[in-house]
Amino acid sequence: MKKLKLNLGPQHPSTHGVLRLILELEGEKILSCEPDVGYLHRGLEKMAERLSYIQYLPLVDRIDYLASFFYSELLCRTVEKALGIELDKKVCMIRVLLLELNRISSHLLWIGAYLMDLGATSPFFYTMREREMILKLFEKITGQRMMNNYFVYGGVRHDIFALDDIECIINTIEKKILDYENIITENPIFLQRTKNKGIISKETGLNGSITGVNLRASGINLDLRKNDYLYSDINYKSIILETGDSWDRYKARILEIIESCKIVKQTLDYLQKTSGLKQNLINPIGIKLPEGSFYSEIEAPRGLASVYIKSTGEKTPYRLKWRTGSYYAVNLLRKLLINEHLNDAIAIAGSLDIILPEVDK
Amino acid sequence: MNYLYFLYIEFLAKHNIPQIFGDITFYVIPCTIIFIALLIAILALVLLERKLLGWFTQRKGPNRVGLWGLLQTLADALKLLCKENITPNNADKFLFNLAPVIIFIPVMIVLGLIPFSSEFTFMNFQTNLLIYIIVATMPVLSILLAGWASNNKYSLFGAMRNIAQILAYELPIAFTILSITVLASSMNLTQITLAQSSKLGLLGWFFIPCFLGLIIMFICTLAELNRCPFDLPEAESELVCGYNTEYSGMRFALLYLSEYGMLLANALLIAVLFFGGYLSPFGGYLTTGFWIYIEQVSWLLIKTFLIIFLIVWIRATLPRMSSPNLLKLSWSILLPASIINLFLVVIIKYIGGV
Repeated sequence: MKKLKLNLGPQHPSTHGVLRLILELEGEKILSCEPDVGYLHRGLEKMAERLSYIQYLPLVDRIDYLASFFYSELLCRTVEKALGIELDKKVCMIRVLLLELNRISSHLLWIGAYLMDLGATSPFFYTMREREMILKLFEKITGQRMMNNYFVYGGVRHDIFALDDIECIINTIEKKILDYENIITENPIFLQRTKNKGIISKETGLNGSITGVNLRASGINLDLRKNDYLYSDINYKSIILETGDSWDRYKARILEIIESCKIVKQTLDYLQKTSGLKQNLINPIGIKLPEGSFYSEIEAPRGLASVYIKSTGEKTPYRLKWRTGSYYAVNLLRKLLINEHLNDAIAIAGSLDIILPEVDK
Repeated sequence: MNYLYFLYIEFLAKHNIPQIFGDITFYVIPCTIIFIALLIAILALVLLERKLLGWFTQRKGPNRVGLWGLLQTLADALKLLCKENITPNNADKFLFNLAPVIIFIPVMIVLGLIPFSSEFTFMNFQTNLLIYIIVATMPVLSILLAGWASNNKYSLFGAMRNIAQILAYELPIAFTILSITVLASSMNLTQITLAQSSKLGLLGWFFIPCFLGLIIMFICTLAELNRCPFDLPEAESELVCGYNTEYSGMRFALLYLSEYGMLLANALLIAVLFFGGYLSPFGGYLTTGFWIYIEQVSWLLIKTFLIIFLIVWIRATLPRMSSPNLLKLSWSILLPASIINLFLVVIIKYIGGV
């Protein structure tokens, strides 16, 4: 049979942005896959070399528009580490609370979008409804729905409020998760499309630098939150599943939402008891990092995210490098899609939770 | 139909109009009626589906144009009429433009075969049902034309999948229809409807002896219509829009609306074959005289609406099947099941006949 070359993207409804996959097909079977990224490159790393640290802080929210708190936290954390700033416990708790709410909203969007990839339209609206509650809350607290810019070096912009709203939202989400489980998880067609499809073995996952939920669904216990100082007082369990197929990645995200709800509840307990906010804010104008290189990492919804800053003691970093989870997931598509049917290829690519702005930066 | 014909000729004779005029117009008028009714029904159907999907997903659905959004699809159709028809450069221009034109012909023929009431079948042949299943597969030819002539890989994939699907699902339908023919001892849709009439009302309908057949027929109809969960030929997350990716303006509208026309026709067929067509579920009719025809049409439309509601409900609930499983389902489950169903029905008919 003659081979057919197919450009899946960059304008295609299910590539979640502008991913381009160059596929070689025989019939509908995929012979090779070549991901082509960079259509959304905004030069965020190069921009850092021109901007002072406080000018750069609002920009990092744009790296992953679905998990903006994480990247904000990452930059704050690195600068705080470099300058030796200690955070008050309440500030830590506020940050954990918002990070976990952000993780929930990110996973909710993924569930909807993934089911949309599989052809089911309704779950998208259901998960968006719950995500909307979280976004409205973010707007109330930070003034922005998505690019929040709430964390600052040494603390948060202002004290948190609307704790009752958060409690209400978390209770609703915990209830609604059961609905998703009813309509999606055991659906025979969903099982058919996802069980034993796109299996990432432990070795493939580790060799491909896959992190986060995708790796934990393959059975490897790598959860950076366990060693994170923000999460030191919080009890939760990492979700580790066995096979690493698409269904496991789905289930892991569902379970992770439930765990995140528990974490949010713990922080709420603490925040409701304490009043007043002690921050160690620094003068944002003219922040200079000492000479040397600084690195920190965090467990973002799409895997390990880290930042490396090399400073020469100037107002701007000499070099700044982001590491994001999705980039490695895109790379893994080369291996995962071989010999799959075109129609499973979308299901597999979707299950990795690829966000293109995060890939291209 | 004969009754109506005599009424019409009698009416003309009273006004001294020659019979030859009546003979001609008697066939032109129903064609016009069915065309207008079809267009209105399809527009209403699109609106209905959008409204229902909106309610299923906790939205309001279209609610801006007209009262409760009633004119939404009309506005959409007008918009599509005004849009430019773009023919891609490397497309086969003649076939590309031909496909949307001929796709509507089978849809209209098929609707003419359905008995809407005891006197209201536009084309009443002895083998209505046979003609129906032959003509109902014709749109796939236009789909192949559209997919091939577009010179687009996604369109071609869509058309290719569609053909594989129709081939696989046509056989179980044929066997199920054969079992209905056995039950009714006729291939005429009016005779099939009448064979279901009894004092017991809905207990006499064919969905009871042929329940397995109903399930098979329903699944196969979903597949034939490219409805969820069998909407692989136009899977928007994989093939952008399937065979009609390159179409725009009114040509797209024709392709799109013909799908809804076939949805309506197939829902009507299921209502006729399994749910007693225009028969009342209570055994006797509630009205008398001329009103009986209106009642019959209403019963048929209510049954059709319920079937369409079920189809939309399924679309709101289920994800899409995967392509290899789709063919496996047909050849290894539905086809044997439909043959078993035929045997069962023959046994039931034999016992009932004795």
